Amino acid sequence: MEALRTENLSKAFGRVVALKKASVRLEQGEVLGLLGDNGAGKSTLMKILTGFHRPDSGRILLRGQEVHLRSVSHARALGIEPVYQDLALINELNVYRNMFLQREIRSWGPLGILNDSLMRSKAKEHLTAMRVNIPSLDVQISKLSGGQRQAIAVARSVFSDAKILLLDEPTAAMGVKESAIILDLIRRLKDKGEVSIIVVAHNYAQIFDVCDRINLLQNGEISFNSRTSDTSIEELTRLVVDEYRAARERVTNT
Amino acid sequence: MSISGAPIQTEATTTDKGLAAQFLGSIIRSRETSIILAAIILSIYFQSTAPAFFSQSNVVNLGFYAATTAIIAAGEVMVLICGEVDLSVGQVYALAPFIMFYAHRAGVPYLVAMAVALLMSACVGLINGVITVNLQIPSFITTLSTLFLINGFTLTISGGFPVQPNAPAALANFFGVNALSQVIWAVAIAIVFQFILVKTRWGMHTIATGGNALGAAEVGVRTGRIKIGNFMLCSLLGAFAGILDAFRIGSIDPLAGGTEIMFMAIASAVIGGTLLTGGSGTIIGALFGAVVLGVLKDGFTLSGVSAYTFDMILGLAILVTMFVNVRLSRLRAAGGGR
Ligand SMILES: Nc1ncnc2c1ncn2[C@@H]1O[C@H](COP(=O)(O)OP(=O)(O)O)[C@@H](O)[C@H]1O
Ligand SMILES: [Mg+2]
Repeated sequence: MEALRTENLSKAFGRVVALKKASVRLEQGEVLGLLGDNGAGKSTLMKILTGFHRPDSGRILLRGQEVHLRSVSHARALGIEPVYQDLALINELNVYRNMFLQREIRSWGPLGILNDSLMRSKAKEHLTAMRVNIPSLDVQISKLSGGQRQAIAVARSVFSDAKILLLDEPTAAMGVKESAIILDLIRRLKDKGEVSIIVVAHNYAQIFDVCDRINLLQNGEISFNSRTSDTSIEELTRLVVDEYRAARERVTNT
Repeated sequence: MSISGAPIQTEATTTDKGLAAQFLGSIIRSRETSIILAAIILSIYFQSTAPAFFSQSNVVNLGFYAATTAIIAAGEVMVLICGEVDLSVGQVYALAPFIMFYAHRAGVPYLVAMAVALLMSACVGLINGVITVNLQIPSFITTLSTLFLINGFTLTISGGFPVQPNAPAALANFFGVNALSQVIWAVAIAIVFQFILVKTRWGMHTIATGGNALGAAEVGVRTGRIKIGNFMLCSLLGAFAGILDAFRIGSIDPLAGGTEIMFMAIASAVIGGTLLTGGSGTIIGALFGAVVLGVLKDGFTLSGVSAYTFDMILGLAILVTMFVNVRLSRLRAAGGGR
């Protein structure tokens, strides 16, 4: 079954064409790797899907139904959860308060008094279920490593009944060990099969193994779409190198 | 893999000694500790050098001074945690009693006149907030201009002369003629706002807004509203402090408060442990910061040290406490915080 599909999405910022006629298809329970060079338009595509940008033209279909995403909140209400490149975590708050930010559990209704013990135990339960290993839920987020922070950002998004998870460069600027935490997490989510995931990366070797399918975004267009099992890191490398050569020729010819 | 949270699992097995150590540890790490210690040590010092320090009249004096400053500081801390600053609060302190006075003269009872004054003062906060958030003007500039605007306005409507509120005694007593009642107001406000800060959604979103405005907005926190709301709270508390003092002094002075009291409130917040960078702060700390300022000012007066010296000492004290705070927060960072 199809979870999400875009048809000919285009987006320009002034004279910069970030995306031209991008058509992507995400199957239910699938992990789609969206690869491409810096500036290829990956983040722009993601931000259209999170409701942050409006496309200039093209359609978005959610489970076969066309949707017009009005805002980030709207997209979230439809089960599309973003994990931003900057993580959107608050250093000064502890782990469970970050996980519940903007969906806090409150007692005494309108007074908005936080039920910390319930948030804490639910967060603990959830992180344990996702096998995210955090030394203590009471520490400020700033005390955690990059990988742990990323894991919490992902866990927070999955928490809220996410149907579609959009991860923008989750392993960028992260060591091998740190990345392993995230890749493990993605793999486990995939095994459960409840969410469909798009992972953006420009280091394709790292995410190759967790993806079911690979799409290559070049100059705002999907130039390559293949099941992971039908391609290889070598083929992807060749495609990217070809593009690089072509780009160089374009530069030297002008 | 499992959660290996030491604090979580050790709770059940801690012995008395462990508990005591934990308690002690949490006190040492708590950001209010240093300022409370400072207040105690300074009081002991001044009592030993100037025995009049703990005399009744002096304690009353000190109570009034610290209470007013602490009430304003509570609001200022909320704004500072958002990553903003309110320079106009001292002018709202001066304006609010005049609004109350004129409303009363126009024929409404004192309590209603007071409500009108508080409401209009909250509107000043609303203006500060909306200009800062919607026009994206730094709050330093926004509130600097409202500082002058309000000051000029207060002087204009009053003609520059003080007026006498002549409020009924019971009302005046309830609102601060009695030193005890003013101190009770200050302590109650500090406790309520500290609770709001650490235990409610509003407080959590205030911290989130100051800590990471973009991130908070990305998950849907309405950071603009949080900032505007806290500007309103700050003006409201400034107005309330002004009204309390008006009842206490029995006269409403257009030149009361002003930048002096605003800077004292910010100084209390800062030496109490609130960082100007946003995202963290403590209202109880600011309360004790106000006490320390009061003790210093009072103690020096009693020991015959001039007001000029006091200002120099205050300047140094702010620098030293900032230095210590930065050090301590590094210590806390190493040991785990709340
Ligand atoms: N908000 C924006 N305003 C102007 N140009 C933008 C904006 N966002 C992206 N772009 C431009 O669009 C192109 C694609 O950017 P982006 O989608 O961020 O690429 P990627 O994530 O693949 O590195 C780039 O040329 C970038 O400079
Ligand atoms: Mg990007």
